[in-house]
Amino acid sequence: MLPQFKFLMPKTLPEALEMMDEISRVIPLAGGTSLLVDLRGRLSHPHTLINIGGLDELRGIRIEEGYVVVGSAVTIADLKRNVLIAKHGQVLQQATTVFANPLVRNRATIGGNLAYGSPAADTAPPLLVLDAEVELMSKDTRRTIPLKEFITGVRKTVCHPRELVTAIRWPIPPEGSVGAFRKLGLRKADAISVLSVAVMLHCKDTGDRDQVRIALGAVAPIPIRAAAAEELLDREPLTPEVIARAAQLASEATQAIGDIRGSAAYRRRVITALVQRLLTNLAKGAKEKKRNESKGNHS
Amino acid sequence: MKAKAITLNVNGRRHQVTLFPNVTLLEALRDLNYTDVKNGCEKGDCGACAVEMNGKVINSCLVLAWQADGAQIITNAGLGTMENPHPLQEAFADAGAVQCGYCTSGMIMAAKALLDENPNPSETEIREGISGNLCRCTGYTQIINAVQMAAKKMTQQRSQQ
Repeated sequence: MLPQFKFLMPKTLPEALEMMDEISRVIPLAGGTSLLVDLRGRLSHPHTLINIGGLDELRGIRIEEGYVVVGSAVTIADLKRNVLIAKHGQVLQQATTVFANPLVRNRATIGGNLAYGSPAADTAPPLLVLDAEVELMSKDTRRTIPLKEFITGVRKTVCHPRELVTAIRWPIPPEGSVGAFRKLGLRKADAISVLSVAVMLHCKDTGDRDQVRIALGAVAPIPIRAAAAEELLDREPLTPEVIARAAQLASEATQAIGDIRGSAAYRRRVITALVQRLLTNLAKGAKEKKRNESKGNHS
Repeated sequence: MKAKAITLNVNGRRHQVTLFPNVTLLEALRDLNYTDVKNGCEKGDCGACAVEMNGKVINSCLVLAWQADGAQIITNAGLGTMENPHPLQEAFADAGAVQCGYCTSGMIMAAKALLDENPNPSETEIREGISGNLCRCTGYTQIINAVQMAAKKMTQQRSQQ
């Protein structure tokens, strides 16, 4: 049995923002796959919930001025089969295939996954390496902030009580960019991440060096970027030695804790191994691509 | 907390019910006597409460009844009858995929969603498709056999039409 609460059912986004402006401490409910579990376990005691999952304004996936824009109430299942995500957010799509289970994926939303503020949110590392931004709206305001700055602590975000996460957006990656995501769970499906790693190689068409992005999940109070490792890879080529050093730096960027899913030492070691493996694959992929391209030029 | 009148369309029947906002779709369905929908973990881990809502398979324990106002709901009992069972229901019986039966309704709903999207799944795809449904009796082997049998039969039926 769920505790008692008031439940608001707006029909449009402006109506929802109006309600959130007038009534204090309203908690948005979209897919409900985390929030309803918390309510049942009495981990959360909201007085009023507001139903935003059905709002059309929060549903679409589209391209807008060089950005991929995903409505906050788009479900993980929608992302998994969307052609725009396959083309411009392939690293995110990899995460959707290992996200919880098919039933949960049909309800859980991208906005909810981020706004819940879990260090283990599976969409966060891929979105971090895509340089994603979060769009927040209230009745009178609209702002966009980098995802890097959106989650501030365990279950904490910069989202104001009157604000709603309305969209997630990222710049369309340059042609040839590649990414990879790996999640380590205690089993293959339906697991909360012990840790996760996303890497991405952003190709630069201007002759500048390609840029590598690395993001880590469930090894710090928030999903993080491995800044020192990225800086090293900005200066040095992706050779086996440099990759090994970068993996070590990534591991040093963590603030892993030990919990029911794994010890801190285990997490640090696996981060080193996984970052090394994913970067090695990335380097191999990039080299093969270059070879194919130069072959193409000669023919 | 105030109750509200909502409409639930379940297995082709229309129900008008007055419910408080904290009632889940699972609780509403069972109170309407759709007891083939089972209450398991109430956390979205076990899939025993799985039903189809507007064409998508979901955990009814994680949907509030008000959110299902006007929606089309299909439960396992709505897929077929004893005389005219759904190919999945028949295959589950024939393959011995039912032991205690608690997971069966949800398992069949998840399998149906899989076959709707992918009529000829591999074993890995079947395992992935039912990964949100726990069975503590069968070890899944007979369940996977049943889904394969049903997939074959449904493909044959389609080619005969």
